[in-house]
Amino acid sequence: MKIIHLTVNGKPTEVAIDERESLADTLRKRLGLTSVKKGCEVGECGACTVLVDGKSIDSCIYLTLWAESKSILTVEGITGPNGELSPVQQAFVEEAAVQCGFCTPGLIMTAVELVGTGKRYTREELRKLISGHLCRCTGYQNIINAVERVVNETHKAIGK
Amino acid sequence: MYDIENIVIAKSVPEALAALAADEKAIVIAGGSDVLIKIREGKLAGCSLVSIHGIPALKGVTMEADGTIAIGPGNTFSEVTEHPLIRQYLPALGEAVDQAGGPQLRNIGTIGGNICNGVTSADSAATLLTLNAQLEITGMSGVRRVRMEEFYAGPGKVHLAHGELLTKILVAKADYEGYCGHYIKYAMRNAMDIATLGCAVHVKLEDGKIADVRLAFGVAGPVPMRCPAAEKAVLGREPDEETRKLFGQTALGEVNPRTSWRASKEFRQQLVRELPGRALHQAIINGGGEVQ
Repeated sequence: MKIIHLTVNGKPTEVAIDERESLADTLRKRLGLTSVKKGCEVGECGACTVLVDGKSIDSCIYLTLWAESKSILTVEGITGPNGELSPVQQAFVEEAAVQCGFCTPGLIMTAVELVGTGKRYTREELRKLISGHLCRCTGYQNIINAVERVVNETHKAIGK
Repeated sequence: MYDIENIVIAKSVPEALAALAADEKAIVIAGGSDVLIKIREGKLAGCSLVSIHGIPALKGVTMEADGTIAIGPGNTFSEVTEHPLIRQYLPALGEAVDQAGGPQLRNIGTIGGNICNGVTSADSAATLLTLNAQLEITGMSGVRRVRMEEFYAGPGKVHLAHGELLTKILVAKADYEGYCGHYIKYAMRNAMDIATLGCAVHVKLEDGKIADVRLAFGVAGPVPMRCPAAEKAVLGREPDEETRKLFGQTALGEVNPRTSWRASKEFRQQLVRELPGRALHQAIINGGGEVQ
């Protein structure tokens, strides 16, 4: 076992880990953050996507050891203090971008990353930027609608 | 849980070299997007790892006094694409590595790992070959430089001895100044796919004629390769349709693609015939030129 220090959803965290474990396992099993889904476990499906220092990564192919001193963000960290939905989540609800929900937490985190850039994206650019996620239900149209909506709304509000 | 026997997290290049020297079976892991998958598949189960993930000396892109651009091999694909020096001087390289895997993979996979894996489909390789890239290799006994073309030893094999690390990827000013380039990744999907064929071109025009051109392929043979005969065949010509045809046709005589589950040899040959002309055309457009 090894003790590592990292910030998880804004909270300084100290956790004892096995050196061989993936960040997805640490977040799910040791910290109870089950929004992080394990789909393919080879970095293809994007269900385990979290932000490490603001960048989206597949946490299934990321060793927890590498997260020492880093800041991790999962879906649990984007809701308001009383569990209110974040604008990204709200957009997914309003655009009916969720069916079975398995890919949703990962897509939400990619959308959070995109919103965070403060940039405006074309629909074609957004298609490329969410291409690291597989959804087997929706056909992606409502997902792109939701991402496009929240990215553009944020751009209007704080745009650069 | 990954089946790893032992892992050393190196915080600097000397630490990594010492860890490699201490364990002759240790494998280097950088971004992990290849090594961890091989462990998961069982191919590298029970391995010892030396992690060079995030070593600051392997990051960054700098311009040396003579205009040489030095790319840290530890840069992720997205760091390469976003770097101002790459955007300004090596835009074709930034766009090429922006086609590897998907967005999350481009945030972890490194350009150095892409080269050192030695795979023929590496999206950075063909473009780096057309930039005459040199590799700086550091070992316990010192530093050596090798031309990227000579780095490949065979499928998945490179001339990197145990205990050595790729520490810089270098592109000389004479090899990028005045050139424009383009990389075409032909794959079955637009994302999360491996190239069926990759084709890169860098070209320099003078008075509307081809003053110099470089053509390289991925997946047209066991390792990424240049096509010197095709390059020679179109020198001094106008980049018209006939030249573009000649470019691909000549390249066909230099490659050795095989049939795999992704595509047949015949299909890859057709791509070898077709893509060089298209890449040349687009490279000229990227450079602000006009083509008939």
